[in-house]
Amino acid sequence: MTQKVFERPRALSENTFSYCAGCLHGVVHRLIAEVIDELDLMERTVGICPVGCSVFMYDYMECDMIEASHGRAPAVATGVKRILPGSFVFAYQGDGDLAAIGTAETIHSAARGENISVVFINNGTYGMTGGQMAPTTLVGAKTTTCPEGRDPAIAGYPIKVCELLSSLDGPSYIARVAPVSAGGLAKTKAAIKKAFQKQLDGKGFSLVEVLSNCPTQWNMSPIDSLKWIEETATKHYPLGEFVDR
Amino acid sequence: MATKTLMKGNEAIVKGAIAAGCRGFFGYPITPQNEIPEYMSSLMPKAGGVFVQAESEVASINMVYGAACTGTRVMTTSSSPGISLMQEGISYIAGAELPAVIVNVQRGGPGLGNIAVGQADYFQAVKGGGHGDYKLLTLAPWSVSECYHLTALAFDLADKYRNPVMVLADAILGQMIETIEVPDKIETYIPPKPWATTGRKNRDKNIINSLWIVPQVLEELNLKLQAKYALMIEHEVRYDEYKVEDADLVLVAYGTTSRLCKTVVDMARKEGLNVGLFRPISLFPFPSIPLEGLAERGKKLLVVEMSHGQMVEDVRLSVNGKTSVGFYGRSGGMVPTPSEILNQVRDTLNGGSSCSCCCRTRSEEVSR
Repeated sequence: MTQKVFERPRALSENTFSYCAGCLHGVVHRLIAEVIDELDLMERTVGICPVGCSVFMYDYMECDMIEASHGRAPAVATGVKRILPGSFVFAYQGDGDLAAIGTAETIHSAARGENISVVFINNGTYGMTGGQMAPTTLVGAKTTTCPEGRDPAIAGYPIKVCELLSSLDGPSYIARVAPVSAGGLAKTKAAIKKAFQKQLDGKGFSLVEVLSNCPTQWNMSPIDSLKWIEETATKHYPLGEFVDR
Repeated sequence: MATKTLMKGNEAIVKGAIAAGCRGFFGYPITPQNEIPEYMSSLMPKAGGVFVQAESEVASINMVYGAACTGTRVMTTSSSPGISLMQEGISYIAGAELPAVIVNVQRGGPGLGNIAVGQADYFQAVKGGGHGDYKLLTLAPWSVSECYHLTALAFDLADKYRNPVMVLADAILGQMIETIEVPDKIETYIPPKPWATTGRKNRDKNIINSLWIVPQVLEELNLKLQAKYALMIEHEVRYDEYKVEDADLVLVAYGTTSRLCKTVVDMARKEGLNVGLFRPISLFPFPSIPLEGLAERGKKLLVVEMSHGQMVEDVRLSVNGKTSVGFYGRSGGMVPTPSEILNQVRDTLNGGSSCSCCCRTRSEEVSR
């Protein structure tokens, strides 16, 4: 007897990802799809995708999807969720989208305790546009718009999104994870599931920051990029649950 | 049945929207339209709808985008600088073919301008204020009653064409109080919306999107939009006329300015001058054919706006040189007085300058 022990989640489409080799976007998409399946949410999910590398996420998910303009996914999610309180609404956003152009929408949807869930992919760079400096680029890190390394005298300091949002009363769940190992993957999925459950329980805004990679723009092998997250990025962006209420 | 009452234009916009089945309002305060979110905050929840005070006009229009994706009738309102902030979102709504209503209670510009009346957002409304080849179906009320009825109509048209519709009002219309007969019920038709993203229960997944990365596909979308705009031009032209039949000169104006021009028509007629008024109600689609008809019947046209010449360009394109088109405009919250306009009428009928802009008025003032 053979038994199928691993299969594509129902909420993940059969389309081939457009992501570069070693990129974690596809991994996180899969984790979201697994959680949607496990919580039996597909029939009432509306996902909001961002502008950036994951702009085509609507092709990779099997649930209803909306493509938002750059940075506005939480506002779009607010519009959907307020009109359809019985729906399940998640936004998927990168660091430029969530923490630069969309900072106002991020902070205010969190402050309103908007009953939506946000998956925030922080890889410290604008991958799609060619590897420019992001609001989360670490001091000293080289990008195409800070070729000598991010200099705080010129470009200021990276934004710690979880810590920033944790000062607000609106969020029900804020966590930072790093899917760079088997344990990290399990914790990432658990955090996403917890965040989604908060919405189902009507607790309000939940956000999971995923420390992610960009082997192409970081000019690293996929394995080195994971090591870098584990050894360097987590020093500046500590993992853990910041809000859980 | 209808109830006769006194009402402010901004309140009429709220009541018309709710009567038409609008069940979502997302907005940000800005003068001179603040009564709209204020009334909405209490009336919309009572109607079973949603009111959200957004953090900005950028957020407002994107909340409208998301809410419109559910197929529910939704709207936002603002005034000139706020409408400028919404332009990217409006372009996305047009590109994604979503029905939504946007009201602009115009004020003085450019920049922060002032909170007095203006009509200088005409280009922004009818020429596509955001990026890309799109059109906003644009309706211009001239009374409190039309603030009510055209706002209600805007929802039907938005659904019919799956296109954003703008109601282009102004500070005077928003703030003035006049009599209105509020119907107990209005005729409205909300079509089925199988495209809406409401969760894929019992159907395939829906995607709402304005990204078409393959050039051929994006051009196909653009051609589809153009075909839709051609249908609007065929079916949605709206205008009003006053005493144009025997007129030698026809004033062309919309909104508050058209009310002033109606007074001018009556003043001129008392002097024995045959003057009429042509009032575009739909600014896009623009009533080009009826205006061309006036030109072919030998009537001179004089366009009056609270701007330095925006709609006049569409009037000139409409008549294509078949008659003379004069212009008179004031701006920055300065309202042209009937006697000022009447002077222009007399000049035009006497064969005076065909374009009397405010520069000329100013130089006359200086020489006086």
